[in-house]
Amino acid sequence: MKVAYYPGCSLHATARAYDESVRAIAGPVGLELEEVDDWNCCGATAYMNVNEIMSFSLSARNLALVAKTGLPIVAPCSACYANLRKTEKYLSEFPALKSKVDQALAAGGIRYDGGVVAKHMLETIVEDVGLDKVRSLVKHPLTGLKVAPYYGCQIARPYGIQENGEEPVMLEQLIEALGATAVPYPMKTVCCGGSLMGTREELALRLCRNILLCAQQAGADCIAVTCPLCQMNVDTYQGRVNSAYGTSFRIPTVYFSQLMGLAFGLDAKALGLSRAEVPATALLATGT
Amino acid sequence: MSTQPTVLYEKSLDLDLLAEISHVPGIEKVRHCIQCGTCTGSCPVSWAMEDTPRKVFALIRAGMRDRVLDGTAIWTCASCYQCGARCPKEIRITEVMYALKRRAIREGREHSKSAQALSKSFVRLVTKYGRNHEISLMAEFMMRTRPFGALREAPIGMKLMKQGRLPLGAHRIRDIEGLRRIIAKAEELGGQE
Repeated sequence: MKVAYYPGCSLHATARAYDESVRAIAGPVGLELEEVDDWNCCGATAYMNVNEIMSFSLSARNLALVAKTGLPIVAPCSACYANLRKTEKYLSEFPALKSKVDQALAAGGIRYDGGVVAKHMLETIVEDVGLDKVRSLVKHPLTGLKVAPYYGCQIARPYGIQENGEEPVMLEQLIEALGATAVPYPMKTVCCGGSLMGTREELALRLCRNILLCAQQAGADCIAVTCPLCQMNVDTYQGRVNSAYGTSFRIPTVYFSQLMGLAFGLDAKALGLSRAEVPATALLATGT
Repeated sequence: MSTQPTVLYEKSLDLDLLAEISHVPGIEKVRHCIQCGTCTGSCPVSWAMEDTPRKVFALIRAGMRDRVLDGTAIWTCASCYQCGARCPKEIRITEVMYALKRRAIREGREHSKSAQALSKSFVRLVTKYGRNHEISLMAEFMMRTRPFGALREAPIGMKLMKQGRLPLGAHRIRDIEGLRRIIAKAEELGGQE
């Protein structure tokens, strides 16, 4: 299956391991990733603070670039995904907004008439590739590995992967398909703090503390994530959480695609497993 | 906390705030708010707000413009959409918060500086390259907000670099000129609140 791959800015830098692992598993699962030609930033949350037409226009340009190909656009980053879905929805629901975005795009010689389907990479794996295919590729079942399924917010709502934003189960299904155990995880769609880590660090640290504490209490060996910012906040700032709260968490935070690669028996280096503050390399011993 | 009641005079009230932000689709529903508190109860950071989301809507409708725009609530919001996803009146609460943030930034309100610095750096980088360049964003944001905090932040940056997660080179998109024209036009068409 061919898809328009929209990595987004983080996957070229802080979330490089996410990009590496997605590319590594794409071949085996039969996904042909055609990177969106000349894609631009989705605007994250920062643009909405400045000007909403600018924010919608950025995502509309990406959608327009893909419209020509007729492919669905697939984003591994939850913030990119939410922006694409939100833009698609707003443009179809609010004609006055669409006319402004149309004018902005026209200034750049571009036109977008809607119709592009935006998906999260997790959604593509579970719904389009299918769990049967995933199961058939497992060479080293992750038996005994307890994983906390952490979705974060932007993938779950309000334009999210499933009708029920409160109780998504896709990640659990994938984890179980890999032979691992998904622990009950009440924090699964609670926010990690996002960009508050830059502007209000004490708040974001507390949210990350709750995410780590909940995983620890559930007996999780690692936390599986679907978003670059969640990984960055929970992993890179884990030391700072420990200093702030007198805790001693040391819980690896892995992208779901890295878990897939591990179960498929792919090379740890190709999955970017060492690119983390709390490396997931110890997980390699599991299930093999 | 003071037990003195705040006396408000009608002339100090400003009932226009809702009208000012109402052109953003979905925001007009603030008028339907039933003050149930589902938003506040769902918010992961409402404990850190002086005025919780439910209260913010009451303040908007009561015309207490300054208290809303100078308050910390809007800057405490992490844009996680939990409130709006659960709101029984389907108010797009996160969009209301964004609209209030834009107003506060435009009016140079108290507490808006840090978020403004982050957004400004972000917009500048996207206009320059078409994409975010994370190491530049971190450095520029630091310089704008707490230039003497670099020592504290340096270890995190160093670790990320060691893990190969902060490449120095930035990629500029091919049609950067086209994108700049789109951004300029959008800036002109938006920004009316």
